[in-house]
Amino acid sequence: MELDPLIISRLQFAFVISFHAIFPAFTIGLASFLALLYGLYFKTRNKAWELLAQFWTKVFAVVFGMGVVSGIVMSFQFGTNWSNFSQATANFIGPMLSYEVLTAFFLEAGFLGVLLFGRGRVSPGVHLFAAIMVAVGTLISTFWILSTNSWMHTPAGYEIREGTFYVTSWFEAIFNPSFPYRFLHMGLASFLAGGFVVAGVSAWFLLRGHEIEANRKALSMSLWLLLIAAPAQAVVGDFHGLNTLEHQPAKLAAIEAIWETDSAVPLALFAIPDQENQTNHFELSVPKLGSLILTHDPDGEIKGLSEWPRDEQPPVWFTFFGFRIMVGLGFLMIGFAVAGLILRKNGRIYTNHYFLQGLRLMSVAPFIALLAGWIVTETGRAPWLVYGVMSHAEGLTPSLTGGIALFTLLGYMGVYAVVFACGVYYLTKVIRLGMEEEKEQDETKDNHRPMRPMSASHASFDDDPSPARS
Amino acid sequence: METFDLSVVWAIIVAFAIIMYVLMDGFILGMGILFPFAPDEEARDTMMNTGAPIWDGNETWLVLGGTSLLGAFPLVYSILLPALYIGVFLMLAGLVFRGISFEFRFKAKGKNSRKRWNAAFAGGSMVVAFAQGAVVGAYIQGFETQDRVFTGGAFDWLTPFSVMTGLGMMAGFALLGATWVILKTEGHVQEWAYGISTKLLWIVIGVFALVSLWTPFIDQGVAERWFGNIQIIWILPALAMASAAALFFSLKRGRGKLPFFATMSMFIFTYLGLLVSRWPYVVPPDYTLWDAASAPSSQMFLLVGTLIVIPVILGYTGWAYWVFRGKVRPGEGYH
Ligand code: HDD
Ligand code: HEM
Ligand code: HEM
Repeated sequence: MELDPLIISRLQFAFVISFHAIFPAFTIGLASFLALLYGLYFKTRNKAWELLAQFWTKVFAVVFGMGVVSGIVMSFQFGTNWSNFSQATANFIGPMLSYEVLTAFFLEAGFLGVLLFGRGRVSPGVHLFAAIMVAVGTLISTFWILSTNSWMHTPAGYEIREGTFYVTSWFEAIFNPSFPYRFLHMGLASFLAGGFVVAGVSAWFLLRGHEIEANRKALSMSLWLLLIAAPAQAVVGDFHGLNTLEHQPAKLAAIEAIWETDSAVPLALFAIPDQENQTNHFELSVPKLGSLILTHDPDGEIKGLSEWPRDEQPPVWFTFFGFRIMVGLGFLMIGFAVAGLILRKNGRIYTNHYFLQGLRLMSVAPFIALLAGWIVTETGRAPWLVYGVMSHAEGLTPSLTGGIALFTLLGYMGVYAVVFACGVYYLTKVIRLGMEEEKEQDETKDNHRPMRPMSASHASFDDDPSPARS
Repeated sequence: METFDLSVVWAIIVAFAIIMYVLMDGFILGMGILFPFAPDEEARDTMMNTGAPIWDGNETWLVLGGTSLLGAFPLVYSILLPALYIGVFLMLAGLVFRGISFEFRFKAKGKNSRKRWNAAFAGGSMVVAFAQGAVVGAYIQGFETQDRVFTGGAFDWLTPFSVMTGLGMMAGFALLGATWVILKTEGHVQEWAYGISTKLLWIVIGVFALVSLWTPFIDQGVAERWFGNIQIIWILPALAMASAAALFFSLKRGRGKLPFFATMSMFIFTYLGLLVSRWPYVVPPDYTLWDAASAPSSQMFLLVGTLIVIPVILGYTGWAYWVFRGKVRPGEGYH
């Protein structure tokens, strides 16, 4: 059988970007959290803040490192596997990605060293400044990359001459119709990711009775954040959906598995979509709710998938289930945030065993929701690479053969499997070790302890940390 | 208002980004290549410590090189990357292992896992250096294209010539790394670096001579450029040789800083020599930088920001180096 370089390249892109996306989502949220912690310490000189800041810096160092190495891979993916796309859209994509490097990556990288290793070499004020610069860098990066991606979904401000895109209005292209929603949605997703990890890890420490004061502070802070971000995400998501209905109606029909154009459309809570026969099985739905949510009118009309030829329909399974996973987790997150508010009275958030255990498990939820969201977004635009203008097949590298593409796909899978396994293993070590090290360092600060080799964190892979002394 | 040629300005900027990458990541990759030869584990710790706070910023120049090619010369980006597909993959995989080793190696206190991360760091660096050197070789050879797309095969780039430039790059980076170690360390680590630098210098000079002799036979155009009627360009190899001589004597006299800067200067003049060999062809043998350029409005849009931001970047990068200035002593980290 002939290997199809198109399918393999799509799989490869989906794999490497999904892998990459996990880390930025985490670092964007965590970088802002770190800046806040260093700021609080700077202002109050309360040791608890410093303890927290140093502990989370160690976690940050590992995650950031994995974000960087997988990001480098991304910046070459466009050229290796999608060279026709690169050439055609370079007039827009090229400057956008370059600006991301210039204004974001250098900023992050330049100040990262000082953030991780600069303590004692620069004053606390400068150190705080470095932390802020890293956080700002991650947000600037989000701006450029999401604008670029949004432009591929809702292209604007361009014209095509002889197969090449030319930018006619930079403003319209950068602030294209889906960008504000996608930027807010992804930004909130990142804060949710950071927030739930911090909440989950603090909960775990509290369950084990470690560093009660510092971890109570961290838990309380993150729950306030989640209380704002989780409901906000649902609101932004709703607007995002309305925008999609306007600009990518086929994607929306695929998200809701609506096959026939109709008014007063029900909302399917569950179904088994059947693309073959263009219908749903086992559908469980609420009458008129679909129209109500999507058009804000119970009798509003929504286009069904049958309006599009089969080869222009997105793969409904991915969009339908991906969306339900994301939204389901979104509501679960709101539930936890609200529960936190209720339990906050007389401090039960710090002691309620079930709540703390639940938070522990919820640490992974934002990552699943985030990947599910991207799968909805990206598969929902199939078969288009630039929506309505350039298809996946047109964007592919012409000289690429299936065998070579498969070779690199398997290669990336192998490399990332090793990186991921080691990263997770190591992160759990850092978390296990907790904040013991900082305390030891503080105690011996004055008598010139022999310094250890430099790394942002010193947990060791092999020897087990000594049991907690509390 | 066409008073200057945007594409030429961009060619200079891209060339600048690339040489910045080569110099700045070169010495870190070089330390990786030298890792297996280091006298002891303590020396490896020290070497790693000299790179840990800065490697990310240095690597970012590579990303800038890539994206500014996409922004200013999309044709180069979209022909070179498919043509070098396998090489690019190897380089990226190498960069992944090299990069994560910084964080992971120090966590691995046990002997075996230590060894594994040493190997990941060294192996990653070697693969990256080789792949980059092979890219230079492939570039000198030129690419098979038709209607602005690459039409050759996946292994076209792999020839005896590119293998040699790949090995040459490994030696060159190792030399950069060794002289950086001289700059940043003292005691037995520094002594070791002096010794190995001298050996590496001879290897590099050998490869340099070989490439210089071989290149004119690879391509008619290159031969004409050097043996045609523009004599002034011979100053570049002359300056490269002068830098090599400066390096040789500074090593002999045990100077601390000069070896590193002399090595960088060797790289710069060799690089400039390579650029003039092919100028103004950016996708040899068919396309010039004007053929490859993106739309003027895109080049302009990017240029404005670039000219403002690059000095700022150089400023805070310089500051970061200054924060971590001075020697790194064995068994000691900045903290
Ligand atoms: C919403 C956020 C987001 C998304 C969707 C992406 N990235 Fe990313 N990327 C970041 C947010 C980010 C970041 C937060 O800025 C990172 C994470 C760790 C880091 O160093 O910066 C990063 C790192 C990072 C790096 C390394 C930067 C360095 O050396 O410091 C590169 C080259 C890329 N990315 C490139 C890409 C490309 C080409 C993408 C799309 C195809 C992409 N990223 C998607
Ligand atoms: C950060 C999270 C992201 C995730 C998880 C993600 C996920 C995906 C997935 C699953 C696909 C495959 C769709 C299909 O094959 O039908 C895809 C396609 C694509 N995405 Fe994204 N995406 C992300 C961000 C981006 C960004 C920021 C860009 C551009 C700058 C981008 C550009 C593309 C391109 C060019 C394709 C087409 C190639 C292909 O179909 O595989 N993506 N993405
Ligand atoms: C709770 C209610 C939510 C709603 C109504 C909602 C709605 C949406 C919609 C309609 C899209 C597709 C937009 C398009 O491509 O046209 C989307 C994408 C996405 N969602 Fe959600 N979402 C919700 C919760 C979440 C949560 C909790 C997360 C993660 C923590 C998340 C992360 C994402 C991501 C990363 C994307 C892809 C990028 C984008 O297009 O913005 N969403 N969401």
